[in-house]
Amino acid sequence: MAMTLKRKNPVDLIFSSITALASVTVILFIIGIIYVLISESSLSIEKFGIVKFLFSTEWNPVKEDFGALTNIYGTVLTTVLSLLFAIPVAIGIAIFVTEIAPNFLKGPIGVAIELLAAIPSIIYGMWGLFTLSPIMSNYIEPLLKKATANIPLVSILFQGTPMGIDILTASVILSIMIIPFTASISRDSFNLTPAVVKESAYAIGATQWEVVKNVILPYSKLGVFGGVVLSLGRALGETMAVAFVLGNNHRISTSLLDAAATITVTLANEFAEADNDVYLSSLFYLALVLFVMSFITLAIAKFFLLKAERKYSR
Amino acid sequence: MTSVQRRKIEGTIALTLSTLAAFMGLFWLVFILGDVLVHGMKSLNLSLFISDPAPPGAAGGGLRNAFVGQLLITICATLVGVPMGVLGGTFLAEYARGRKIARMISILADIMVSVPSIVIGTFIYAVLVKPLGHFNGWAGSIALSIIMIPVVLRTTEDMLSLVPWTLREAAFALGAPYYKVITQVVYRGAATGILTGILLSIARVAGETAPLLFTSFNNSFFSLNMNQPISSLTVTIFQYAMGPYDSWHEQAWAAAFVITIFILIITMLGRLMIRWRYR
Amino acid sequence: MKTIFRLALIAALVFTFAQVEAAEMLSGAGATFPYPVYSAWAYDYNKVTGVQLNYQSIGSGGGVKQITARTVDFGASDDPMKPEDQTKQKLLQFPAVIGGVVPVANLGNVKPGQLKLDADTLCKIFLGDVKKWSDARVTKLNAGLKFPDGEITVVYRSDGSGTTAIFTNYLAETCPAWKEKVGAGKAVKFPVGIGGKGNEGVTNYVKRTANSIGFVEFAYAKQNKLVYIQMKNKAGNFVEPGFESFEDAAETGDFDAKKGFYLWLTNAPGKQSWPIAGATFILLAQEKTGVNKQTVKFFDWAFTNGDNKAKELVYVPLPKSLKDKVRAYWKAKGIQ
Repeated sequence: MAMTLKRKNPVDLIFSSITALASVTVILFIIGIIYVLISESSLSIEKFGIVKFLFSTEWNPVKEDFGALTNIYGTVLTTVLSLLFAIPVAIGIAIFVTEIAPNFLKGPIGVAIELLAAIPSIIYGMWGLFTLSPIMSNYIEPLLKKATANIPLVSILFQGTPMGIDILTASVILSIMIIPFTASISRDSFNLTPAVVKESAYAIGATQWEVVKNVILPYSKLGVFGGVVLSLGRALGETMAVAFVLGNNHRISTSLLDAAATITVTLANEFAEADNDVYLSSLFYLALVLFVMSFITLAIAKFFLLKAERKYSR
Repeated sequence: MTSVQRRKIEGTIALTLSTLAAFMGLFWLVFILGDVLVHGMKSLNLSLFISDPAPPGAAGGGLRNAFVGQLLITICATLVGVPMGVLGGTFLAEYARGRKIARMISILADIMVSVPSIVIGTFIYAVLVKPLGHFNGWAGSIALSIIMIPVVLRTTEDMLSLVPWTLREAAFALGAPYYKVITQVVYRGAATGILTGILLSIARVAGETAPLLFTSFNNSFFSLNMNQPISSLTVTIFQYAMGPYDSWHEQAWAAAFVITIFILIITMLGRLMIRWRYR
Repeated sequence: MKTIFRLALIAALVFTFAQVEAAEMLSGAGATFPYPVYSAWAYDYNKVTGVQLNYQSIGSGGGVKQITARTVDFGASDDPMKPEDQTKQKLLQFPAVIGGVVPVANLGNVKPGQLKLDADTLCKIFLGDVKKWSDARVTKLNAGLKFPDGEITVVYRSDGSGTTAIFTNYLAETCPAWKEKVGAGKAVKFPVGIGGKGNEGVTNYVKRTANSIGFVEFAYAKQNKLVYIQMKNKAGNFVEPGFESFEDAAETGDFDAKKGFYLWLTNAPGKQSWPIAGATFILLAQEKTGVNKQTVKFFDWAFTNGDNKAKELVYVPLPKSLKDKVRAYWKAKGIQ
């Protein structure tokens, strides 16, 4: 390419090295984060090991005994629940925007979704505490409790007092927060379906729904899946949206009406305050676990999105 | 019932459901925005912007310190993050175009965009707060810039790639060295796109709370000293909303209102620019 | 590109300005328990002297940690640090103000001070043994009060807190089951309930959750009109939390400067003593003499001029004899 010839200019050499340095910072940050997290948590790694830390449900500052399981449980549970709520709605929005909505609505709704994705998570969290939590504890949760009271197994999910500060409320807020994000990625994937393919389906007499079901969804499934995994990665690391309404409880409970703790919320609440070395080190250890969890998830998402991209560009 | 009828009914049901889903989603989102607007407007007043916080429980006071602190932190983050991001993106799209390293950095940057921001906060605490011996505004700015760099880097890369290669060849033909081609031809061609990326990255970090909790911390006084703890709107919202005083709640709503409007305007601006440029 | 350069220019201007403007500033962090009184003092002190004392309530655990890591100029904690730990971490410690932790509830039409509990019942509620307000163990102490049937939601502190330390210290002292199962400390593993961040967070959750019980510093209960609870003290009397009962507890305390004033005031023996009282302490880094002098100046000013403000917020100023002891301690350490 041309650049090899042009390198001879000394200014060019300097400029190219500066740009190279700037782009390498991304790698340096990742290595730096991993290195610092490992070295800061070494005390806790030594004391609790890896397996014991990951599978212990203890989180006891008095006895200086720490394990990550309650935090991981809270993180995974809220994330999975929020995705369960968010995916159908997000895909519904994407179908609506790409296929159903009249043309003059497509643009504005698309913009609205993108704007809503830009609202900071702390706003969602605060709204959750002031507005959603009372609604949940006064109306929705008692209703769910009553409705499921006689169904064995399901009723276990709604045991306890509905107080609006619990796993269910946190998951709902998290799902509301990731809906626009998931929706806009799904929409982008849907839009990649070539018009020709859709038109030929219509030409042989398919209904609008059949086009969506049999053409668009299969065509864009990789992209949508990648988008969903990306949302999962986002939700895993979300702090502020859940910090207000989760109730910081280091216990594993089967009821969705119980308070819980996620890794992020534990960090936000306890990081500035852990007063002994093992405690602080364990918090760094938690941060490391979260970093690894979300890094892997995001890498998987990226893998699928790249695969989807390659498929479309072919 | 004929199969055509059955297919039609199935279609109607499915499409109605997705329309309903769409409206349900939009309903929640409009609900949130409306709630912030209504509560925020109610609590908005001049003293919010021109006076500093009163002691807890006492009436009056404002959030001048937090507005200014937030601005300062965000500007510094932008000053670090934007040049790094733009230059890094330049490397990927120009000097290293098509090479393995460019592809790898690009993918890693994409992952970094979504890495939990609170982890970045803990990282900065370990490298910039503990060794220096005090919470400080710089640490907050650097934490935000770490979030910013990959965002700017990726948009720059994408936007530069959109500039036709022939444009560069034309400039090379005139004997211009590559750096001149980049700064005077390629950047011009991609300016709008890059600026959009910058605006979106500012919108992204302006609302971040988690990375500031253990870095820039908080300050109940007005301060411009970045070597000391400095107040930010988002951390103040967290403190005030969790707090027990009604006056705090009102101010938290007002602050939420201001920050939401700010971010929405910037996002809108970015979107409009890109639409206007690439329509 | 030009825009960026212009931005850079503006920012550069802002910084030069920032360096000139920099006011004298002290930064402290820690206990949420005395936050209202410290920030009220700091507000007045700033008006008088121009010095900014930035106090952030992040919890006593945070106060201890941040002063140990030397990331703040002073730390504040309600959990008195043991003399040997003070030596180990090279810290100085003195009390600043006295206050009380009060159990608070959210119980329909029950008014502040109406509900009565004893140590054992309180302990059983926090252990999760007493699950409903209509439980006989509660009702027998409260003849005539009507209780809702709902389950009790316990609200505790999610952060490392001196308020928790005082409260759990009291429970561990009076209730063997608590001592065995949970123990005492700034952050303990509460068996049931939800956790709020800071006195503020607990107050907020209690206010918003029906049939809940929590514990906060009295000023928070008072300012937010929470339903505080009368407690049975060591002498066997039911006492209301308030200025008199806190002062009564404070007077039983014998603070010793040699131990860095290490002392608990819980379960005080006085007839009218509030059983869950405590002093709140300031921690200084031994080697930072210059900064310490400024910090001490502030507290010296507060000891002289801040008593009324403290009383207004229902904190008990240190008795005169104790103030003198603290001042002598400052002199001895060469920071006044």
